[in-house]
Amino acid sequence: MLRRTFLGLTLAIAGLAGLHTGGAEAADRFIVVQSTTSTANSGLLDAILPEFTAKTGIEVRVVAVGTGQAIKNATNGDGDVLLVHAKPAEEKFVAEGWGVQRFDVMYNDFVVVGPAGDPAGVAGSNDVVASMKTIAEKGAPFASRGDDSGTHKAELRLWKAAGVDVKAASGNWYRETGSGMGATLNAGVGMGAYVLTDRATWISFGNKGDYKVAVEGDPKLFNQYGVILVNPEKHPNVKAADGQAFIDWLIGAEGQNAIRGFMIDGQQLFFPNANPGEMKKAS
Amino acid sequence: MNRMIAADEFKVPDRSDNASANPTLPLTATGLTYSAGGRTLVDVGQLDIRTGAPTIIMGPNGAGKSLLLRLLHGLIEPACGDIVWAGRQAGEAERSRQAMVFQRPVLLRRSVAANIDYSLKVHGIARGTRAGRVAAWMEKAGLEALARQPARTLSGGEQQRLALARALCTEPDVLFLDEPTASLDPVSTHAIETLIRDACARGAKIIMVTHDLGQAKRLAGEIIFMHRGGIVEQSPAKKFFSSPASGQASAFLAGGLVL
Amino acid sequence: MQDFASSFATALGLLFSGDPELWAIVLLSLRVSLSAVAIAALIGMPLGAALAVGRFPGRGAVVILVNSLMGLPPVVVGLLVYLLLSNAGPLGVLQLLYTPGAMILAQVVLVTPIIAALTRQVIEDLDAEYSEQLRSFGVSRIASVPTLLWDGRYSLLTALLAGFGRAVAEVGAVIIVGGNINHVTRVMTTTIALETSKGNLALALALGFILIGIAIGVNAALGLIKVTTTRSAYA
Repeated sequence: MLRRTFLGLTLAIAGLAGLHTGGAEAADRFIVVQSTTSTANSGLLDAILPEFTAKTGIEVRVVAVGTGQAIKNATNGDGDVLLVHAKPAEEKFVAEGWGVQRFDVMYNDFVVVGPAGDPAGVAGSNDVVASMKTIAEKGAPFASRGDDSGTHKAELRLWKAAGVDVKAASGNWYRETGSGMGATLNAGVGMGAYVLTDRATWISFGNKGDYKVAVEGDPKLFNQYGVILVNPEKHPNVKAADGQAFIDWLIGAEGQNAIRGFMIDGQQLFFPNANPGEMKKAS
Repeated sequence: MNRMIAADEFKVPDRSDNASANPTLPLTATGLTYSAGGRTLVDVGQLDIRTGAPTIIMGPNGAGKSLLLRLLHGLIEPACGDIVWAGRQAGEAERSRQAMVFQRPVLLRRSVAANIDYSLKVHGIARGTRAGRVAAWMEKAGLEALARQPARTLSGGEQQRLALARALCTEPDVLFLDEPTASLDPVSTHAIETLIRDACARGAKIIMVTHDLGQAKRLAGEIIFMHRGGIVEQSPAKKFFSSPASGQASAFLAGGLVL
Repeated sequence: MQDFASSFATALGLLFSGDPELWAIVLLSLRVSLSAVAIAALIGMPLGAALAVGRFPGRGAVVILVNSLMGLPPVVVGLLVYLLLSNAGPLGVLQLLYTPGAMILAQVVLVTPIIAALTRQVIEDLDAEYSEQLRSFGVSRIASVPTLLWDGRYSLLTALLAGFGRAVAEVGAVIIVGGNINHVTRVMTTTIALETSKGNLALALALGFILIGIAIGVNAALGLIKVTTTRSAYA
């Protein structure tokens, strides 16, 4: 009896071990998209991908990490398509041969959010460079991603334009969380710091506290997304045909309309701006 | 020192008429020493044990009785010296024809039956014939009603009976016993002694350490008396108890402290 | 401050709503972690037992190494396994990255040292009691390993539980090698991390309560087996 109980338990565990390949991942045709937290966490991809899968039978598996890590993973061949927002880094990725070609997909915009008390007095501004200069001058706390993501890179460009040396302020009023957008917002809200965030993540963010959008509407805050097929000549495992099918759909009329139709709280978050001419060039 | 033993002195059935029946004996140990921590704990110049009635090892605490038993059984390695069983050097093959029961029985965390089965299994007894032998030995030890019970839930006496049955089920030529009844009540002691007598009657050689003078008198064919790691005296039991050859043995039998 | 009571209520609500998404995530968590523990046990128990009974030069160093590996940071393990399984890595051909198999592999690496180290301790104690008797039976040191493992089985359940606790609770390794892909590699801990990053702290906490509930359930199940089968076998 004793022995039987123990053997039964062992077998049950072994059985579960054998089952691990069944279940959830039933689809046999899929691609892996290396993307960013802003597209995945906002719900955009969850909203538009089923449309693509229904049409083509291709499941899209999204790995949502920072742009820096997404590009690194794609360089390793761990993904078929790259969908990120850091144009210079994307162009470098293609120039080095890791990607086939880059296409514009859409843009959203960044906003600077801050506490209702607005310690730097920048609320309502639409000049982001001036506002950041003010934040730095007043030494008001600012929480940065600090993780080499697309948002982090955009933020650093803005500090440069404002002539602020954030390295010198690091650990003082300038605080690098080294984390994703959500974690940085959580930290920022916790310490009363201004945060540069993409609008999509902000709108769907659930822990806003008394935070409000302080700075928005500056063209410098536009955030362009690009999509790239990972180069199958570098990584033969890349599912080039299915990956390209996804890119074609995303920058074609159906994908662009789906992006336009995605709303949270009645707000459109992403603005499709693919250039169909480029698409023709690619095929 | 007279090591030859006359058959009529034994209180247990003797097989000396059929000495060749036990293929493992005689045992000859020469120059056997054992040391630990820089101290010599056993130093036996010459030891002969022949087939026949039980050989009982006695002596005060710390005399090296248990160590000698372990050396002979091969549980510990001697610092130097030779152990020869019927002309063959001691080793794994010889030990497989021996068995040992300890003062505190080491029972496996399994059922009573599984303890006996384990001993048969590691001695290479085929699976098909084991069940019958397990049942037979549980009956001999009076444990058949407890067959499925976890061995470690038995009483002290039952545990030692099981340990003895487990040792005997492989029909060893030599059975070492290290104070097997030291902490048992008289009824349990009697049951153990009965099993020992039966084994002896079947031709097994019993080599046993005991502190119990009465038990030694009931069972012994010969006595080995140890003191400070050495053998002081090896005599037929009758002679040992009536007129011990050594002063230490006399003092021991008289109930004095042997320093 | 978040309302703990409301999180707790959310947790119960989620459980009893029978939300299929939640249950799929719970089941995947269990599958991945139980599989990892089963595989780690197959490796770690014989390894730990061999360490317990073996006498070889450098044994002390190996014991220290195994004990230290119990504290491996999950993120480091995740990175190592990622680099192995990446298409640019030596095991890329297996195409395991971003699958439950990769998560199992990472957890096996995390859990094996725990099971091996605890097994070594249990078996060493048991061996101290058994070694003379087994030598008397003519069982060699190495041949005594299966006997010691079997007889130590109830104490070894604790090693399995410790391993399971580590596996089911870690997020650093599985989020790197699994990618937290919805419906494919999303488990309890990565879901909690995701909901936290979305700022849904109450939901994240509720999921945390459910994870604790799972851990309690598994512990209770094994504990029950241990109690019913060893109630009196202890000595």
